[in-house]
Amino acid sequence: MLRLLTAATITAALSGPALAQATDPADPLASVMWDALRPELFGKAPIVFDDRVTVTAPANAEDATAVPVLADASALGVVEEMVLISDLNPFPVILRYHPVAAKPVVGTRIRVQQATPVRVAARTPDGVWHIGGRLVDAAGGGCTAPPVTYAARDWADHVGEVQARAWPPAGDDKTARVRFRVRHPMDNGLIAGIPAYFIETLSLRDSDGAELARLDVLEPVSENPVFTLDVKPGAASRALKLVGRDTQGGEIEAAIPLPWTQGALP
Amino acid sequence: MRVLLSLLLVLIAGSAWAAGPLTYQLKPMQIAPDTYVFEGTREHFTRGNGGNILNPGFIVTDDGVLVIQTGPSRRFGEEMRAAIRTVTDKPIRKVFIGNLHPDYWLGNQAFADVPIAALPGTIEGIRAEGKGMTENMYRLVGDWMRGTEPVVPTEAVYGSTVVFGSHRLRLIPLEGHTAADLAIFDETTGVLFAGGVVFSDRTPTTPHADIPKWLAELDALEPLDITVLVPNHGRIRTDKAAIAQTRDWLTWLDRTLRERMEAGADVAELLDQPIPDRFGSLGVLREEYQRSVSHLWPKIEQAALPRVN
Repeated sequence: MLRLLTAATITAALSGPALAQATDPADPLASVMWDALRPELFGKAPIVFDDRVTVTAPANAEDATAVPVLADASALGVVEEMVLISDLNPFPVILRYHPVAAKPVVGTRIRVQQATPVRVAARTPDGVWHIGGRLVDAAGGGCTAPPVTYAARDWADHVGEVQARAWPPAGDDKTARVRFRVRHPMDNGLIAGIPAYFIETLSLRDSDGAELARLDVLEPVSENPVFTLDVKPGAASRALKLVGRDTQGGEIEAAIPLPWTQGALP
Repeated sequence: MRVLLSLLLVLIAGSAWAAGPLTYQLKPMQIAPDTYVFEGTREHFTRGNGGNILNPGFIVTDDGVLVIQTGPSRRFGEEMRAAIRTVTDKPIRKVFIGNLHPDYWLGNQAFADVPIAALPGTIEGIRAEGKGMTENMYRLVGDWMRGTEPVVPTEAVYGSTVVFGSHRLRLIPLEGHTAADLAIFDETTGVLFAGGVVFSDRTPTTPHADIPKWLAELDALEPLDITVLVPNHGRIRTDKAAIAQTRDWLTWLDRTLRERMEAGADVAELLDQPIPDRFGSLGVLREEYQRSVSHLWPKIEQAALPRVN
């Protein structure tokens, strides 16, 4: 705690008024990377730090190769895009989420290389990025730990295998929860002799082909990634389609059955 | 600015200077004839407690002193050995290590001149993970670890009954809390050194746990004629309530995770899950619960998600 306070004080004292953009609010997480990330990720677009946008994650990462993160911007209403960011990771951007016909909620597990702020920025239709997040402490090393995948000799036979399940809507908003896990080493290119090789896009579609949600996945997402999404299937839909591609052109394709009919819901 | 800097210096230096040289202040507490325990805190590893979160013990027999667990650091082992010397001048005969977790054996350097016994699975585990665990302890408790290096136990023991002086000890090999858990039951005094199998008013830790097997371990210890139960973590008791408490916690934890998985919860949504009031007396409750979610969830989730392509 003392260390955190000290770091925060020093950061505030050194970087406060001089470096930050005049119109920007101060970063509540006092991250040393924020002044660099802000223009890189958002250009001149307006940003606000907004408590309605939350990241649920443990205060301490027990497993630095798989830290659970759930980003929720549903309190904002309509959100066009969400960006998950881990400031102090070698690759800060975790993923971009496009909730086309879905709640602006996304859960996954990430690798962290050291203690870092984990944030989500959610863009509303007026072009404003609403940002929330928290600090995650960690022993670190998650981004440079060798993948477990290669311990199995037949790993290549299993890449792209999908396990998934959908749960019927429980709340008033009629969104169905979907969880899927894709077998993939998700190599981020940081381990000597192992080139980058990871899933880069995943699209969840309705039975008529209409896109419900799309993920642009990046390096920090864990090996054998798991995602939680809340989507709005059409009235007659009995199955969703998951379509994706990795950085070597490998295709991912799966059908996720809906054990209910959306139109028959009360 | 200068004022701020000096203030920071005072803040940083103050805590270290005020504490003086680091010492665990170990005091042997007699719990049965010939039998002593160093009672630790019911906390997690911190820079404040130096890793003293365990209840290591020793039995003074006519064949020499038997030491059970050596603590989280070289310093701890050395202080423990010195404290044993205040009770008896009999030589140390043997050390027993309960499992591979770092606070059980990182004091081994202080006992390098005597046989250090552990189950084969524990020895294997320490060989494989000992270095990483040691590094992590330096990160967690800092300077208390100075000079600590992993010393792998030197003697494999198995399920057996061994006699030292007038003490008959039953060495009970178990599996569940970790892949190799050694419980030691002194038939002469009725003292059970339960190691990591039983926790008492301290939340159980699960980094190497298999819950169904762990529950079977508790069933195996329950029938023993116990006068004093020494859990490695938590309150020492003269009854078996800690066995029931450990079983209650593990059962609740496992069932809650499975039920929430079936209901569609994301793992992050489990982190702030309400914990029933009856567990309120357990030390490090929320932190240890969150660690357990991280340990146990992936397996439960994988089993609950069917293949769809």
